[in-house]
Amino acid sequence: MRLPLLALLARGPAHGYELKQDLELLLGSAYPQPNVGQIYVTLGRLEKSGLIEGEDVEQSGRPNKKVYHLTDAGREALHAWFEETEDEPRVRDEFFMKLALAPQTGLADQIALINRQRRQYLNTMRHLSKLAAAENRDNRIAHLLIEGAMLHLQADLDWLERCQEELEELE
Amino acid sequence: MSDDPTPVLRAEGLVKTHHGEGAPAHAVRGVDLRVRPGEFVAVTGPSGAGKSTLLHLLGGLQRPDSGSIWLDGECADGWREARWAVERRKRIGIVFQFFNLVSDLSVADNVELPALLAGVPPKRARAERADLLAELGLEGKERSMPGELSGEQQRVALARALVNRPPLLLADEPAGSLDSKGTREVMRLLTRFHQRGQTIVLVTHDARLASAADRVISFFDGRIADDAALDGGAPPRRAGASGVLELRD
Repeated sequence: MRLPLLALLARGPAHGYELKQDLELLLGSAYPQPNVGQIYVTLGRLEKSGLIEGEDVEQSGRPNKKVYHLTDAGREALHAWFEETEDEPRVRDEFFMKLALAPQTGLADQIALINRQRRQYLNTMRHLSKLAAAENRDNRIAHLLIEGAMLHLQADLDWLERCQEELEELE
Repeated sequence: MSDDPTPVLRAEGLVKTHHGEGAPAHAVRGVDLRVRPGEFVAVTGPSGAGKSTLLHLLGGLQRPDSGSIWLDGECADGWREARWAVERRKRIGIVFQFFNLVSDLSVADNVELPALLAGVPPKRARAERADLLAELGLEGKERSMPGELSGEQQRVALARALVNRPPLLLADEPAGSLDSKGTREVMRLLTRFHQRGQTIVLVTHDARLASAADRVISFFDGRIADDAALDGGAPPRRAGASGVLELRD
């Protein structure tokens, strides 16, 4: 969560709770709600590495709150973040290893493995559909996030289908 | 299982082989299926697996080589084409991938036609049509011709399939020619009618669409390879939806 928090601070100074609310608003209910403790810990680490600086602000009748702003090094880090492309999401797949090794062990049937995995993906897909239906229709970012997840799952399901076609022919 | 309600649709031992040029194609190779009232069943599988043939058998658009079909407990074995045509107006609504709207009839006439053919008085047919078009957000499009509509054709096709309030809706790749946004729209509409108790059997290669159903049948090589209820209740054990959505630290 380091870089998203930095990115939110690029607009201007903010305190931890504000950042949590901004993330929730932006990403919608579909995104696992960031835990406020986790946000404070991350902010502490970012400050330690010199990417942000915190300033205590007094509040009447309440403990001080710490308002953070981005440092030059933080801005640099953000530039680098936007500059880089990301790894493909599936570099390693445990399921593929199970599928490849099952026949040699005599402990599992490949088609049964595929069917079970498909059930899980379909159930997850259904949850995503429900999240999409419950999400505010105007929150485009949230809908794109869910749609991306669904398209990934669709690809996984297509691939399971290919596995099943190929492996059933061998039977 | 004897206290189960009578299935809206039941099939036993369905077999269908296509004899074209070359080797015979075994499209459906022994399918048993029961669809309970109010159930939403999706049939998914690769293209060529025979899932469209299965749907055509269930809607009487093709006859099986062997096996039997029951609608609401009534055996359809002896039905001829004329009888199936009547049932497709009354008991079964069908939506196809390419809509199959009558291109030189207006939207309103396309939707009313099956009602009139089923002997519904014109006044009632009009009322049903008006209700459905409003429901599907097509008010004001009554006089449009199908060719003038873009993403809305499938909604018209859905209205046409549902105008006689059939107990069973069969949908063959209803989002097959639509983009991602159109697919979502079809999903939303099927879900809405399902929530009101509409029984649906949907054939699709699209897992997103299939996940709107509460039961998914995986169809491979003319056979049911898996038949799974999607609970939608308890979230998947580990990662599940939130895991798929999670941003990495």
